[in-house]
Amino acid sequence: MQEVVEQYADRIRSAAAGKMPLRLRGGGTKDFYGQALTGEVLDTRAYAGIIAYEPTELVITVRCGTPLTELEAALRAQGQHLAFEPPHFGPGATVGGMVAAGLSGPRRAWAGAVRDFVLGVRVLDGRGDDLSFGGQVMKNVAGYDVSRPMAGSLGTLGLILEVSLKVPPLPFAEATLKLEMPEDKAIGILNHWGGQPLPISASAWADGDLAVRLSGAASAVKAARDAIGGATVDPDQATRFWTAIREQADPFFSTDKPLWRLSVPSVAPPLDLPGDQLIEWGGALRWLASNADARTIRDAAAQAGGHATLFRAADKSAGVFTQLTPPLLNIHRRLKHSFDPAGVFNPGRMYPDL
Amino acid sequence: MNDGFRLLDPVRQADAVKALRAILPPEAVLYEQEDTKPYECDGLSAYRELPMAVALPENEEQVGRILRACRELKVPVVARGAGTGLSGGALPHGKGVLLSLAKMKRILALDPVARTARVQPGVRNLAISEAAAPYGLYYAPDPSSQIACTIGGNVAENSGGVHCLKYGLTVHNVLRVRACTIEGETVEFGNEALDAPGLDLLALIMGSEGMLAVATEITVRLVPKPQTARVILAAFDDVEKAGNAAADVIAAGIIPAGLEMMDQPATRAVEEYVHAGYDLEAAALLLCESDGTPEEVEEEIARMTAVLKASGAYDFRISQNEAERLKFWSGRKAAFSAVGRISPDYYCMDGTIPRKRLGEILMFIAAMEKKYGLRCPNVFHAGDGNLHPLILFDANDPDQLRRTEAFAGEVLEKCIEVGGTITGEHGVGIEKINQMCVQFAPAELALFRAVKSAFDPENLLNPEKNIPSLRRCAEFGRMHVRGGQLPHPELPRF
Repeated sequence: MQEVVEQYADRIRSAAAGKMPLRLRGGGTKDFYGQALTGEVLDTRAYAGIIAYEPTELVITVRCGTPLTELEAALRAQGQHLAFEPPHFGPGATVGGMVAAGLSGPRRAWAGAVRDFVLGVRVLDGRGDDLSFGGQVMKNVAGYDVSRPMAGSLGTLGLILEVSLKVPPLPFAEATLKLEMPEDKAIGILNHWGGQPLPISASAWADGDLAVRLSGAASAVKAARDAIGGATVDPDQATRFWTAIREQADPFFSTDKPLWRLSVPSVAPPLDLPGDQLIEWGGALRWLASNADARTIRDAAAQAGGHATLFRAADKSAGVFTQLTPPLLNIHRRLKHSFDPAGVFNPGRMYPDL
Repeated sequence: MNDGFRLLDPVRQADAVKALRAILPPEAVLYEQEDTKPYECDGLSAYRELPMAVALPENEEQVGRILRACRELKVPVVARGAGTGLSGGALPHGKGVLLSLAKMKRILALDPVARTARVQPGVRNLAISEAAAPYGLYYAPDPSSQIACTIGGNVAENSGGVHCLKYGLTVHNVLRVRACTIEGETVEFGNEALDAPGLDLLALIMGSEGMLAVATEITVRLVPKPQTARVILAAFDDVEKAGNAAADVIAAGIIPAGLEMMDQPATRAVEEYVHAGYDLEAAALLLCESDGTPEEVEEEIARMTAVLKASGAYDFRISQNEAERLKFWSGRKAAFSAVGRISPDYYCMDGTIPRKRLGEILMFIAAMEKKYGLRCPNVFHAGDGNLHPLILFDANDPDQLRRTEAFAGEVLEKCIEVGGTITGEHGVGIEKINQMCVQFAPAELALFRAVKSAFDPENLLNPEKNIPSLRRCAEFGRMHVRGGQLPHPELPRF
């Protein structure tokens, strides 16, 4: 496998020498996400496989090209999982792409995001240098934390070769409840429940229906079911439902309108925007299918204390990600230069000039 | 260590004081030796240095102006919270300004519905939980110094605590950090939503030891306080058996709220001090805690008990009430002070290892005790592999201090060798800067330096900490070797 790394490093070095951009790509399931796709494809799938898995240490170390399904199956066999429930968005999703995209699924508000489970990375930087940061242990504060910011970096900082992840046990019991209520009431009650010791692990509201998933010790799930009420969903149906939310296969997502992702404080009141909404993460994530103009949507998100991302759209001229403030953009530019001095990795994928 | 002589430049000092007094009231600028003396060290008291001046700002605007002024004068700035850090991260710079954030200690907002608190950096860790308690909420990371340590310091060190396996570190519990750059500009890392646009600089700022920016406001996440907690106190006749028992608990799909281990020398030292009723014949004690709703705890305690029994605990007791739970914990929580009573000084180490290598590390430490003629009881966050060997010594004996540092250095390098790290939660600071040369290759250290200059191009924020220069590594004489290959064989070695 080391020869694959050498090949990647050579390609990076010659790309840097010729200032020719590279497009780091795994299965391409998230090609739709982000600003621009430029550069010659560097396929990361050749560097695949699980390197080490220690269930009793709650740690797995995986190569970037490993199919996400393979990683999840290996964990399931040991009663563990990726608690952040990453979306695949297609059968070819890879571990490297999962980290680079930094997207998390229904459990995120309660369990944490991809970045919260990253313990260490091995990367090739823009000089082709082979670098390791973090490690395979839960606690590590040696040097700056370069590992976690790789999550969501969209491949702009380096080629993620390997990642070590914290992998917690699967919950002993799960149940999904459905309740009927309007949007404002759902946001209110989700925040109220958030302050209670209830084992909530997912929520989804759309069109007057609120679904809540409970995960934990059997006794805690049972007690919470009694406290919350509503109708219990058949377990297989519940699994299908949450998978569909995660994978955006739910009917809500089959829309011709641009799909916006609004990340806001969970207590933000209903956003008065044209279009349809599906609300996850206890109120903190609002999917909006809308033809409203970008400015209106971004202003509403900012007003609420968050930001809006143009998640899926044919026309991305309004900008996919919310603009950074000048001092932050400055830091971004300098950081990008630190990792990738020749600017070869996925240029323009996050911001046009980054 | 550098108290032989000090080259204080009076002109430079006068310039800095003048600049600071243009920003702060006279009583908030200290420069007489008797006034700056209390700031000469943090929790790592073996290292001392008087700062040129101490600045005590009260608000963000002052912090920004101080940083801008220091940048104009090219004066280094070391930020400091409560000074409880154990790695010398807040050790002053002799030609710099010590920026104390102690006066910025207001809780600005606490929203029980959103479950967040917006606080200034000088707010004590425990004060946040106290303010949240009426709402049934608390701030989860609980470093053992939580009565005194500040949230700004916790951000700088990415502090953990005994409950971090289940509830996470500072990085998992902070939503937003507002900070001033060395240019004096205000930036926000993260926000009060669950993510922010751009690169995850919030994660990068965590544990950056005050070297990238100075935090002026922090939004933390609050979580519901568990209704109840119970702890199992299990005794083992063999240290490795106890380590394996910890692994077995986790293999059974349980994430304990706390999972701590003490070896016999540690147990004996603390028992004399706190009378927790520990079994002094046990080779190791394991504390295994469950928290949650009463039903949840009952279910989990039953599961844990079965595992510990099967793993060879020869005796165990389960706390029957809160008083007993606290009593079982009292020895572990007082371990450092108890050790302080049996020895004039002690040196607390902070390596993290994969738990399965515990037996090997403990044998290594025992061998080092013989080699250096120093005793070393061990307390261990068994859940997350974070080891705190406590080397007992007398600082008045220079040779003992020298032996202690050599002992500690060897243990840290052993931690790296078994796949761990030189610091789990105390930071690198000045203390472990040499071992950074062993843990990281030159190209990795170069990237750290590049990250630093992306935030602080002139290297003025807490310089000479955490990330060693290539020259320092060459002088230290031990380089990182991966796979038997010296990195960059083309480079000259001195």
